[in-house]
Amino acid sequence: MSGQVFVALSGGVDSSVAAALLLERGEDVVGVWMRLVPGGADTDAPRCCGTDEAGEDARRAAATLGIPFYALDYADVFGRQVVDRFVDAYASGETPNPCVSCNHHVKFDALLRDVVAKFGGTRLATGHYARVADAPDGTRRLLRARDAAKDQSYALYMLGQRELRRTLFPIGDLVNKTETRAIAARFGLPTAAKAESMDICFVASDYRDLVRGRAPRAFDAGPVERVDGSVVGRHAGIGGLTVGQRSGTGVATGERLYVLRLEPERSAAVVGTREEITRTTYELRDVSFTRDAPRGNSFETSAVLRYRGTPLAAAVEVIADGAILRLAAPALVAPGQAVVFYEGDEVVGGGIVRAGSPG
Amino acid sequence: MKRVYLDHAATTPVDPEVADAMARVLRETHGNPSSIYAEGRAARELVDHAREEVAAVLGAQPSEIVFTSGGTEADNLALRGVMQARRGLGDHLVTTAIEHHAVLDTAKDLESHGRARLTVVPVDRDGRVDPAAIAAAIEPKTTLVSVMHANNEIGTIQPIAEIGAICRERGVKLHSDAVQSVGALDFDVSRIPVDLVSVNAHKFYGPKGVGALYVRRGTRLATIQTGGGQEKGRRTGTENVAGIVGLGVALRVAAERRATESARQAALRDRIIDGVLARVPDAVLTGHRTERLPNNASFCFPGTQGESLIVALDLAGFAASSGSACTSGDTEPSHVLLALGLERHVAQGSLRLTVGRATTDADVDALLAALPPIVARLREAAAVSV
Repeated sequence: MSGQVFVALSGGVDSSVAAALLLERGEDVVGVWMRLVPGGADTDAPRCCGTDEAGEDARRAAATLGIPFYALDYADVFGRQVVDRFVDAYASGETPNPCVSCNHHVKFDALLRDVVAKFGGTRLATGHYARVADAPDGTRRLLRARDAAKDQSYALYMLGQRELRRTLFPIGDLVNKTETRAIAARFGLPTAAKAESMDICFVASDYRDLVRGRAPRAFDAGPVERVDGSVVGRHAGIGGLTVGQRSGTGVATGERLYVLRLEPERSAAVVGTREEITRTTYELRDVSFTRDAPRGNSFETSAVLRYRGTPLAAAVEVIADGAILRLAAPALVAPGQAVVFYEGDEVVGGGIVRAGSPG
Repeated sequence: MKRVYLDHAATTPVDPEVADAMARVLRETHGNPSSIYAEGRAARELVDHAREEVAAVLGAQPSEIVFTSGGTEADNLALRGVMQARRGLGDHLVTTAIEHHAVLDTAKDLESHGRARLTVVPVDRDGRVDPAAIAAAIEPKTTLVSVMHANNEIGTIQPIAEIGAICRERGVKLHSDAVQSVGALDFDVSRIPVDLVSVNAHKFYGPKGVGALYVRRGTRLATIQTGGGQEKGRRTGTENVAGIVGLGVALRVAAERRATESARQAALRDRIIDGVLARVPDAVLTGHRTERLPNNASFCFPGTQGESLIVALDLAGFAASSGSACTSGDTEPSHVLLALGLERHVAQGSLRLTVGRATTDADVDALLAALPPIVARLREAAAVSV
């Protein structure tokens, strides 16, 4: 496919190198940077790619490469689709995955649509560590990065053929981060020694402060209970708890207890032993498949339950509004987290663990 | 790709004669104009000569010209300097809803610090200020009225002589931000009753970073920065000698070429206006149809976003702007367009095309071919994403 490739520049080394590699291939490259926090906002989130400071880094990278550069404003969509969802999730007892929301709704929806429809670009490239390959049947396959240690394909499972046909991950074929940095240095990119971005990029220090400010009810104190309903302690608000985390309670009995379930309507946290909190069956919502349709209504897969998690043997049954995941051995995944289906190196699809599951 | 530059309201390329004169100064004259020895006197002479050139074009006396770092500083000096100098005598400031931020935000800053009471006069749908509304806004304690000569976004020219006559009759000082018009229009302070005028070199093919404030003799002006007392204490700081020389040459050249260039550019402007209105469905011309700067064609295309228009045009080889260059990148619609009474969704799709000395009929042809499909594509994309 010819035409212009738009590269989403974050100000970091990965996306800058992605742009450099495309240039080297002779592509017609345009740099875009997404403002994700309102202009002039006083954020001290040091790892956020959407602050004006990151935009300056992105602009310098584009200038070094000699490509056109635009700063585009996506603060509104990011606020609604990433930050609001993040707060809502914690307030309702789920554990959000903001990287998944950002890829889903901001980068590969709002931005990709603008690139194609508004600016006449043919493809969007990002600095994700993943690969897209053309299959003999004409479909595009989403694959893990060559460097397994850097692989980010987990957070891209929601891409379908419409997106994959127009998506490039130029650095997914690099051997390791050292190679990325070497390329940056070769192109004289000023990002060559920059720190890496982290998970909750838009929160400066403690995410709980954000949730507390936006959803104070999530910080109503409440009981900590065992599965049988017996109260074993108090907590300071479910907004500060995550399913699966070690609970401070139970010290007296010498048991190791973990958060099993959060019930926002009565501000209760239910805890249990490792045996009690792990399970084999989970219900998934917002299920999608990279080839748009599943191989069949039920199939065997390797399920990954968290970013860079170990693949677990599982069976998936597609149902009307989601899927049932049956793991071969019990494991824990919090509601709101993504479960991604792999077949070898290929991402087949995935979904979000439904609230109330495990229950 | 051949580039077509249609953003002369943002800035203009430096005239070769200006660049040569400035280069000569930088190479040959290193003295400080405040120094009394030969090198200083040589620099002083250059500044004096530039001051004479500027005064001649404006119909002013050289002693009435204060050099500044640009239009923003000239506006700040006019508003802050006059309000401060007349403290105790008056505290009321009148301005309009479509002023440049350099005036509007300065006025609001004075208000928020208790240094002025502020009245902001609205404009009509064409962006014109009604002189009667200025007259009605003036109070016994009014110190200063500030009305721009021509608007930077929509090009509308204000009835500044009428407003000046009212101010004079009422004994109120009038400042006019003429940054967009000086060079393009005749602005003669011997005929227009205005007391302070802001000028900016890079709007008329001079360098960036230098401007001037005309201050009519007898207008009391406090300094807004303290230091060595240059410019008769009205604007302290060592003079930007090369920049000032550049400003003088640029304004003289602009005045020499004004009659022919303004007519030529107005014809290109009218081709753009007529062509865009004919070829782009639902295009809205912003600003007055005839009382506008000879180089300004500005529009709104409902169903588009200004930012997207600029990116798409840039990728197609055209430099244009969505309203003011100073606020491009904001998704907030311009205060000027909102002051015209345009709805936000209309104002968001704004495009300003400003021609210049190098613009040709072929450039206009290319624009008229490129723009309609871009607007159509953006509208289609917006319709899908809703």
